[in-house]
Amino acid sequence: MPILAYRDALNQAMAEEMERDDNVYLMGEEVAEYNGAYKVSQGLWDRFGSRRVIDTPISEGGFSGIGIGSAMVGLRPIIEFMTFSFSLVAIDQILNNAANMRYMSGGQFSIPIVFRGSSGMAGCLAATHSHRLEAIYSHFPGLTVVMPATAADAKGLLKSAIRSDDPVIFIEHENLYGEKGEVPEGDHLVPIGKANVVREGSDVTLLTYSRSILNTLAAAEQLAAEGVSAEVIDLRTLRPLDMDTILKSVLKTHRCVIIEENWPYCGIGAGVADRIYQEIFDELDAPIRRVTAKDAPIPYNRKLELSMLPTVERIVAKINDVLYRKA
Amino acid sequence: MSQVQTAPRTIVDRHKAVIWLRQMHLIRRFEERAAFLYQNQKIGGFCHLYNGQEACAVGSIGMLRDDDYLITAYRDHGHALARGMDPKPAMAELLGKSTGCSGGKGGSMHFFQAEKGFLGGHAIVGSHIPLATGVAFANKYKGGDQVCLCYFGDGAINQGSFHEALNMAGMWKLPAIYYVENNMISMGTQLERSSAVLDLTVRGGEPYHMPAYRVDANDVEQVAEVTQRAITRARAGEGPTFIEAITYRFRGHSMSDPQKYRTKEDMDKAKLRDPITLWENRLLQRGWIDESSLEQMREEIRDQVEAAIEFAENSPEPGPEDLYTNITVAPYSPQESD
Repeated sequence: MPILAYRDALNQAMAEEMERDDNVYLMGEEVAEYNGAYKVSQGLWDRFGSRRVIDTPISEGGFSGIGIGSAMVGLRPIIEFMTFSFSLVAIDQILNNAANMRYMSGGQFSIPIVFRGSSGMAGCLAATHSHRLEAIYSHFPGLTVVMPATAADAKGLLKSAIRSDDPVIFIEHENLYGEKGEVPEGDHLVPIGKANVVREGSDVTLLTYSRSILNTLAAAEQLAAEGVSAEVIDLRTLRPLDMDTILKSVLKTHRCVIIEENWPYCGIGAGVADRIYQEIFDELDAPIRRVTAKDAPIPYNRKLELSMLPTVERIVAKINDVLYRKA
Repeated sequence: MSQVQTAPRTIVDRHKAVIWLRQMHLIRRFEERAAFLYQNQKIGGFCHLYNGQEACAVGSIGMLRDDDYLITAYRDHGHALARGMDPKPAMAELLGKSTGCSGGKGGSMHFFQAEKGFLGGHAIVGSHIPLATGVAFANKYKGGDQVCLCYFGDGAINQGSFHEALNMAGMWKLPAIYYVENNMISMGTQLERSSAVLDLTVRGGEPYHMPAYRVDANDVEQVAEVTQRAITRARAGEGPTFIEAITYRFRGHSMSDPQKYRTKEDMDKAKLRDPITLWENRLLQRGWIDESSLEQMREEIRDQVEAAIEFAENSPEPGPEDLYTNITVAPYSPQESD
C-alpha cells in the first residue's frame, strides 16, 4: 500500500472526488495559484483550472456564504479555511445558514458542503491562530463534525464528507500534515459516524481523536510495559458520536479516560462523558477522567504552549487514577 | 454610474399588468389579515408586513423566468406571493402548521418554495446576500443563463456580508441582481442615522464595479424596467447590477413596533403615493380595467385569502416526531440519552 503524508492523502481525496463529480469545487484563500497555505491543494489548480479551484479575497463570511448558496442549487463545494480559527469570522454562515437550512425550509434545501482546514496549537501561533473549535461546532444539530488522525482516515473521511449531502465540519491538525501512513488507493471511503478501535485492551478505555491519538498511544504503550491493557479508540467523528463502539468498550473495561486538545469546560469530553454516564453509570468502576488543554488562552511562548497540551505524563496519571493505581 | 428613473414607460401588456395589480392586492390583503391573526395570537413570534412595498416585489419578480432564482430577507411574504406561492401554504406557515410552505418550522421569516426557485426568507440581516451570490456563482459554474435576484433592506447595507459578497460578484461578473428596498428606516433608525451617505447607489454600485440604478418603487413599471435591464446584463454574462428601490412601509418594522420614530403626517403623505392606487389609476387611464372588474378582483382576493385562513386553521400541527425530521439528509441521530 502506498505511504502518503496526511496532507497528500487529503489532496488525493479532493482530486479523486473532483475527477468523479464536476459539481465538486474547492474555494478559499490561496488555494489555487499559491497551492494552499499548507500545500493541501498542491497541483489542483494546474489540474482542474480556475473554474473549479478558486482563490478568494480575505472574506471568510462572504465565501462561506457563497459556498452555501451554491450548495442550495446543486453544487458540492469544499470551502477551505486557512485555519479553523478564521472560521470564527464565518460562524453566522455556518451555524445560521448551513446547519439550519434543511430544517427551516421543511426539507426543501439541503447543503452538501465541506468546510475544511487546519487547526490546533501548532507552534507559537498564539491565541488567535491556535483554536480548536470542535466543541462549538459539535453543539449544533444539522452539522457533522469529523477530525481525522491518520493519513488513511484523512483520505477516506474527506471523500465521505464530500459525498455527504449534509454540511460537514472537517477539522485537520496542522501538526499532522507531515505524518505518514499507509493509504489505500482509489475509492477508499471511511464511513462518517464510525469510531475506530486502534488498539485493543481490557483494563481501561481511552477515547481520543486528532493529534492526541499520538500521545494516547504512547501512554498506552508505556503502561503495557507495566502490565496495564488499555483500549484506544479514535472517535474520528464527533457528531454524530459512535456510542455503540464507545459503550461496547467501556462495558468491557469499566473504566474510561477521554483525551482532547480543546478546553475542559463544555468540551467534547464533557459531552461524551455525560452520554456514558447517562447510559451505563452502574457499569463504571471509577469516575471518568479527562485530559484536556489547560483552561487558559493559548500563549505564544513555546514552553507555555506545550504545557497546555495533553502530554504522555498527564495521560498516564489519569489512567492510573481510574485504575486506582499508584505510579 | 447611477441613474435615476423618472418617466414611466409602458413595458407590459394588459394581461400582465392586470396580473400584477391582482398580486399587489393579494399581498396587501394577505398582510392585513395576517396582522389581524397576529393580534388575535394565532401567529407567534415576529411578523414583518410588506404593506406599501408591494411594487418592489411584483415589478421585479414579474420580469423573471420560471427557472430563475430569488432570495430575500425576513419581510418575505410579499416576495413569496409575487413569485406565485399559493396563499394557503403561506398562511399555514404563519400559523405554524405542517401544511405550511416550510412545514411549520420556518414561520413568518423563513418562507421557502424550492419548486419556484424561491430560496427563502432569511432572518439574519445581510446573511443571505452571500447566499444569493453563491446561487449566481452556481449558475455561471453550470453554464446556464439564470439570474438570482436578491432583496434586502437599507439596514443590510451596513453588514460586512453585503460588501464581501458584492465585491466577489463584481470581480467574478456573477449573474446576481442586488435589490435594496430602501424604506428609509432600519427598524427604528432613520437612514441618516445609519448610513454616511444617503444615496445608496454610491455604496453598492461603483465600489464593486457594477451599474447602479435608483428607482421610484411606488411605480411598478419603473421597477420592472430597471429590473429588465439588470436581467439582460446578467444573462449576457456582463455581471451584477445594484438597484436602489425607494419605497415606504405603511406598517411598523414588525407587529410589535409602536412607530414612535415617525409622524402621522409623514405616513399620510406617503399613502398619497400608495403603489397599488398609482397602478390602478394608470390601468384605469389606459382603459385596461374598469371599476366593475376592479370590484370583482377585490372580491375574489378577499375570498382567496379567507380560504387560505380556513385552510391554515383546519390544517394539522406538526407532530412531536417532526421535531427530529429534516435536520440532515443522512439518518439523524439526536445526541441525547433519553
